[in-house]
Amino acid sequence: MKLGLALVQHLWGRAVWQVCAAFTMGAFVASLQGQVPQPVLKAQAERVSVLERICPAVTAIFPSTAADNGGSGVVISADGFALTNFHVVQPCGPSMKCGLSDGGLYDAVLVGLDPTGDVALIKLLGREDFPYVELGDSDAARAGDEVYVIGNPFLLAMDFKPTVTFGLLSGTGRYQYPAGTLLEYADCLQTDASINPGNSGGPLFDAQGRLIGINGRGSFEKRGRVNVGVGYAISINQIKKFLGDLKSGRIVDHGQLGVRVINDSRGRANVADILEDSDAYRRGLRHEDFIVQVADREVQGSNSFTNVIATFPAGWRIPFAYLQDGKRVDTYVRIAPLHRPGELAEVMAAPVAPPSPKEKKQDKEQPRPGQEKKETPEEQGPQDELPHRDDAHDPKPTEMPEGVKQVYEAKEGFANYYFNRKAQERLDAMRKAWASPTEASMEWQLTGKANARGAFTIRLSDKVGRMTLDSGEAVVLFGEDEAPLLEPPKSGGLVPAAAVWRRFVTQGTAGMEEAVYWGEAPLPGKSGLYDVLMVRQWLTESRLYFDRSSGELRCLEMFVDDASDPCELWFSEYQPLRGDKLFPRKIEVVHGDAVYDVLQVENAEWTAMTTAEPIPAPAASGEVNP
Amino acid sequence: MIARGIVCFCLGIFLTLNAPHVWAGPIAQQGSGNQEEASQSAIDTQGGSQETMRPDAALPAKRTVRSVVAEVSNLVQPKLVKIYGAGGLVQLEGYQTGVLISSQGHVLTVWSTVLDTDATVVLFDGRRFRAELLGADLRLEIAVLKIDASELEFFELKSDADAAAGTRILAFSNLFNVASGGEPCSVQRGIVAAKTSLAARRGTYNSPYKGPVLVLDAVTNNPGAAGGVIVDYRGKWLGLLGKELRSASSNTWLNYAIPVSALTEPVGKILSGQSNLLAAAEDENKSLPDGLTPEVLGLVLVPDVLEKTPPFVDSVLPRSSAEQAGVRPDDLVMYVGEVLTPSCGRMREELRRLDEYSVARVTLLRGSEVIEVQLRAEPLTAESDKQTESSGAQPDGVPTEPVSGAAKDKGLQEEGSSATTDLPRGASEKESAPTGQESP
Repeated sequence: MKLGLALVQHLWGRAVWQVCAAFTMGAFVASLQGQVPQPVLKAQAERVSVLERICPAVTAIFPSTAADNGGSGVVISADGFALTNFHVVQPCGPSMKCGLSDGGLYDAVLVGLDPTGDVALIKLLGREDFPYVELGDSDAARAGDEVYVIGNPFLLAMDFKPTVTFGLLSGTGRYQYPAGTLLEYADCLQTDASINPGNSGGPLFDAQGRLIGINGRGSFEKRGRVNVGVGYAISINQIKKFLGDLKSGRIVDHGQLGVRVINDSRGRANVADILEDSDAYRRGLRHEDFIVQVADREVQGSNSFTNVIATFPAGWRIPFAYLQDGKRVDTYVRIAPLHRPGELAEVMAAPVAPPSPKEKKQDKEQPRPGQEKKETPEEQGPQDELPHRDDAHDPKPTEMPEGVKQVYEAKEGFANYYFNRKAQERLDAMRKAWASPTEASMEWQLTGKANARGAFTIRLSDKVGRMTLDSGEAVVLFGEDEAPLLEPPKSGGLVPAAAVWRRFVTQGTAGMEEAVYWGEAPLPGKSGLYDVLMVRQWLTESRLYFDRSSGELRCLEMFVDDASDPCELWFSEYQPLRGDKLFPRKIEVVHGDAVYDVLQVENAEWTAMTTAEPIPAPAASGEVNP
Repeated sequence: MIARGIVCFCLGIFLTLNAPHVWAGPIAQQGSGNQEEASQSAIDTQGGSQETMRPDAALPAKRTVRSVVAEVSNLVQPKLVKIYGAGGLVQLEGYQTGVLISSQGHVLTVWSTVLDTDATVVLFDGRRFRAELLGADLRLEIAVLKIDASELEFFELKSDADAAAGTRILAFSNLFNVASGGEPCSVQRGIVAAKTSLAARRGTYNSPYKGPVLVLDAVTNNPGAAGGVIVDYRGKWLGLLGKELRSASSNTWLNYAIPVSALTEPVGKILSGQSNLLAAAEDENKSLPDGLTPEVLGLVLVPDVLEKTPPFVDSVLPRSSAEQAGVRPDDLVMYVGEVLTPSCGRMREELRRLDEYSVARVTLLRGSEVIEVQLRAEPLTAESDKQTESSGAQPDGVPTEPVSGAAKDKGLQEEGSSATTDLPRGASEKESAPTGQESP
């Protein structure tokens, strides 16, 4: 009897439970359909659809050697280019594995590194139709914007389905101190969406699902390395400026202006120190001047100055304005590299040390007594950065997957030289399509009128360049032992610059002593970005700017050293000459802030070089403008 | 009838739990007509449907999350200050936040070591001032500073400003000193999860304030955040972010604000010169019990007569954790946690390091058998007794965990560790991660 009662009770209990469950579900659905207003459901559906669209492009990144370590990334093009953090790929070496939310695991290769900005560009291999996301505009982001953080925190997703967290932007234009000179987060975004270890390198999206940042850092302190509502993302607008450079396969550098700026009593950015061989000094900036604008950003105090400058790649020329004796001067300034040649590779080779307390605004999480046994000093790594580096600076020499081998070339100073070589080949192919003549043995003779100086003749070969003006003749010899003379005077070296130009046009990158595809950069007064090739020839260094679609050479800057202005040749009015190939009819010669002259090329001829031609003595080049 | 009751109940849950979340959802940015519309309607409806919404907080049309934060920011940021003073050492920050409560430069902030020296106050526009300490209330742990400025924007200390569970809030503070000079303070979003009395501790001391607090669902109380404010979506001041504290019962970090209503009177007293710098002293000295002892776990050790008396169990107290774990007389305690305990004194010392809420992992030698048990101080309730009997599982009701998981528990009592420190650093930690996450 008792048993029977118990059984009845039991069954009754079950039945009640089932009824309850049914009602609960029913009520839930009813509430969804009947009680929740349509706009709310619609907004929710939109949110879900945004996530469905963007999640497939988010990738989980692991070193090829082990799956117990890793971070996140996001694919930004159909051919598989993806962004992540430098500190995520550092333990991986040139090859890594990337998982996508469809469960697929792909080989990926390192493309470019920005150790200062903590950004890495990688390329997923094996498909031409990767899901990818649209790049947004982080300058338009404001505190209060709703954002999604997507990634693989704690390496939770074994099937690579990413984790979504949601929050708002807590601040924009934040600055987070670097570890030494690396991992500097300037002008970054701060969010209260959960960012945990493993989220590093993953995307920060705005409400429409546009990529506005790459998450890489959190304020971790006494509560352990878990989210405390304060995470930081590198702004996508900074990354956009570096993207071309990253695609070059180089290890790219940030910049500085050679000035030290302090706040005056009114909070203005006052120049306290300036290097006399800096470009800013040559542009007229002096001690005690006030910097008021950098690029399109108003500068309010030294913090905002540092914040803006740190987002530009070395080598860029950007708009710049300062107040001198109460008068505003608008000019362009060239950003010098932050690191000495080779220094970046040097500091990268060393383990990334956590910044010392003095360099840091905030205290670090201290190793806990209970964990000391588990953590070797190396493992503690940069405590602010999210993921984990076990054998970070000692990548195990493992066999590279076949697909990666085909797209990886090691070269000192490069993350992956393969992509640089490919870019050079692309520029060369375009050069052959537009340029004439392309025969190496030809001597050039250009004649025409210079706007200010009258008729000119320029003759250029591999050994000697001459320029004849009404006022006289300049002769410059080219060799590997001595820098060429910068003739004619005040031009900054028109003749040698033209000779570099000729050599590139006739022989391409293969004909230069050294050529590196540099990436993309703007030109003063022009909109958009240009492909940039850096070449070394005859102890000079030149930057060649090409139109990205046509491949036409727009500008050549020839430097003899860091402390003086280059000679700039601006090419325009490309017209067919001898067949369908193009030749510029107008060459504007600029040195420093002044236009030296504008050359109107009326005729250009090339003849086979006569090796027997006597080379004039250099002494003849002395007097040109008597 | 029952069914209707259940439906209503479920609906209630749905609304309470989801309503704030839905509000969090709709997004509208410029240039997106549909979403704009959606979110407006959503907000309008929210204003009406959510019971916990205060009537005056009903939001007018055309407000989006972005515009709300922008508007509220404009109201709040000029009233916040960044405070710099003593500190700067490890886990002893030299900065905090403060809020202007008069146009003449009275700044309300928390009483902390930052104020041990002359503090510097930085206004929202970057202006810097040397601050004078007017007074403090050590029970509430608040202080009022004065800077020599005028015509400042400020929050009025109105006792009618209040919030209830479910109120959506924005928290403003200079946590982690992210902002400096004239840069705006950080904003975070959250919901008042509960209005309750504070039961917290700092280290092994109870926090002196036991009054009402607003418990928040966001991680607002970070280093430097103390002295910041929480406001509603209209920018109305609801509370002052307090100092970093841990819950006295769960040992987790608390995110809370002291409601404005609790501040009005004490601040008034400070302003009228009745600062009570000593009032809290007696409270403050009341320390928590000194960690665990063998006795509270139910272990009576043999008389400690020698310099190194081996910690043999003499007897086991009835209905104690030790009894339930099956500890027997003559068991020898070998380890507490991972520390070898060769003597009674050493064992007591180890237990004292564990706070009264933690679980002690004790390794015993019984004959030639090594046994591990988990003991705790809490007296067992009848309910847990029953569970233990019926399930026949772990005798003391504490789920037994692998060593790695238990080690994490031990980590809990260390200042500066966290409940789930599962950075997948290596295979061994990765394996232990799931247990670590279960343990809380």
